[in-house]
Amino acid sequence: MTITSSDQPSASQVAAPLAVRPEGRIRTAPSWWFALPALILYAFVVLVPSARGVYYAFTDWDGLDPHFAFVGLGNFGDLFNDPDALQAIEHTLLIAVAITIIQNGVGLLLALGVNSAIKSRNVLRVFLFAPAVITPIVTAFLWRNLLGPGGAVNSLLSAVGLDSWQQDWLGDPQLALWSIVGVIVWQFAGYSMVIFLAGLQSVPLEIYEAAAIDGAGPVRRFWSVTRPLLAPAFTINLMLSIIGGIKLFDQVWALTGGGPGHATDTLSTLIYKDAFTLGEFGYSIALAVVLTIIVAVISTGQYAVLARREQAMS
Amino acid sequence: MNRYRPRTFALEVSMIAIALVIGFPLYVLINLAVRAPSDTSSPISPTTTPTLDNFTEAWQQGGLGGALINSVLVTTASVLVALTISALAAYPLARSTARWSRGTFLLIMLGLILPFQLATLPLYQTMRDLGLLGQAWALILFYSGLQVPFTTFLYVGFLRGLPRDFEDAALIDGCGPLQAFRHVVLPMLRPITVTALVLNAVFVWNDFFTPLLYLSGSDQQTVPVAVAGFVGQFVSEWNLIFAALLISIVPILVLYFALQRSIINGFAGGLKG
Repeated sequence: MTITSSDQPSASQVAAPLAVRPEGRIRTAPSWWFALPALILYAFVVLVPSARGVYYAFTDWDGLDPHFAFVGLGNFGDLFNDPDALQAIEHTLLIAVAITIIQNGVGLLLALGVNSAIKSRNVLRVFLFAPAVITPIVTAFLWRNLLGPGGAVNSLLSAVGLDSWQQDWLGDPQLALWSIVGVIVWQFAGYSMVIFLAGLQSVPLEIYEAAAIDGAGPVRRFWSVTRPLLAPAFTINLMLSIIGGIKLFDQVWALTGGGPGHATDTLSTLIYKDAFTLGEFGYSIALAVVLTIIVAVISTGQYAVLARREQAMS
Repeated sequence: MNRYRPRTFALEVSMIAIALVIGFPLYVLINLAVRAPSDTSSPISPTTTPTLDNFTEAWQQGGLGGALINSVLVTTASVLVALTISALAAYPLARSTARWSRGTFLLIMLGLILPFQLATLPLYQTMRDLGLLGQAWALILFYSGLQVPFTTFLYVGFLRGLPRDFEDAALIDGCGPLQAFRHVVLPMLRPITVTALVLNAVFVWNDFFTPLLYLSGSDQQTVPVAVAGFVGQFVSEWNLIFAALLISIVPILVLYFALQRSIINGFAGGLKG
């Protein structure tokens, strides 16, 4: 349905593909037909199901029974009275913000370290980025063992004399969420690093030299020269990590499954559980709608702020 | 700032120390994968009598061979289709100034915000009604459409920065639009195609949630789902599980270290897009 409605205005374009530009040269606009295959697949996989999702969020559908009732805002009312759902929203936001801050902080420090005169810089760059290409579900299973009571992390702490630091990293409800954040940071700090590094390498050396000659120390040079020029890299990195953090599923599912209890349940894990173990499709999709709203608000808001900041700096 | 000073040496040492900490999980992964289950020494002490038995058993029990083939097929086909249709779509979207063009572009960009959780449940039902559940090739259909917004976004951004003169010359010389696209535009899209290829391939290969939904219970698995199934089956036999994990990541790591320059540039390339 979506396709036909977006196609109609373009019929006139096909009939008149030639247009004379002010410069007097003839230009042809490529036909909109080129976009059709992409639009069909995109509509089938994303648009139509998403629209249907929004509709189901207002029903009590269980995913199987063709007979279901329209319940208006009922699911959303339930949602805001459901402590598990409210807790999941809180966890989702906490994870996303923590990942965004820590992963980019570490990534930036790594990028500054690698973007120096050290001899191992090329090897380190390749090595530090490597975790980012490994399948997240695999690294999550690996870490589930490492963070276990008798796992390698506790063994390492004991080996360096920090026995009292040993913890049940994933079994302790107070710690589990932070352990998940730690695993994500371990895996993707190298990703942030690579993007910061691309930004750093676009900074012309002469600017640094000029600043150094003018007597600016390393901290001053970073703050006044590097930081403004890194603005585009910040925009990309912050967008990627916050959206990735909000949608996070695989790692939580493999590390804790949302437990212990509901201590690490996020919107994503709750959506999965409600739909496939409890058969509450309508309610589950209402949760997905809330997730969508959070992603939309945060990403457009963040983009607006960062784009303005980028402009102010350039 | 390019001279090697004592401070540079201190930085070098600390960076290598950080790299060792980051590499520590991979050391434990290998260390335990080559250890016999009877060996119960600390996970961080080097294994004294390494064995490859875990690998043979994991390979035989885990169905990893079939899963690897499925993953290669699904990834290759999905990325090919997604890149082709997105590059085609990006051409008029980047060039036409008509109102429909802007509207269509925004409609496609909407997909960047919509989380997959919203679409997957209703799509799960559609796939079930069409009898597509449990079929690896249905995933190709899924990923091809799912990756359209991101890939089109990259291509449109890149195309807008390219001059139109070459295509115009080709069109004036009598090329059809499709010919101009194939012989003039497509070759110029090469740099962004590498980025799109790398990011799409890594995403499709690593994705777990989608094949978990659409393939669960079937014998057609991709690597992430096969690994998860393996972990579920051998719950606490970690030596065996670690061997399976290692088998599943070796192909990616080999490819990564062989093509590291293009892959890292691919990831960083989003910066210019």
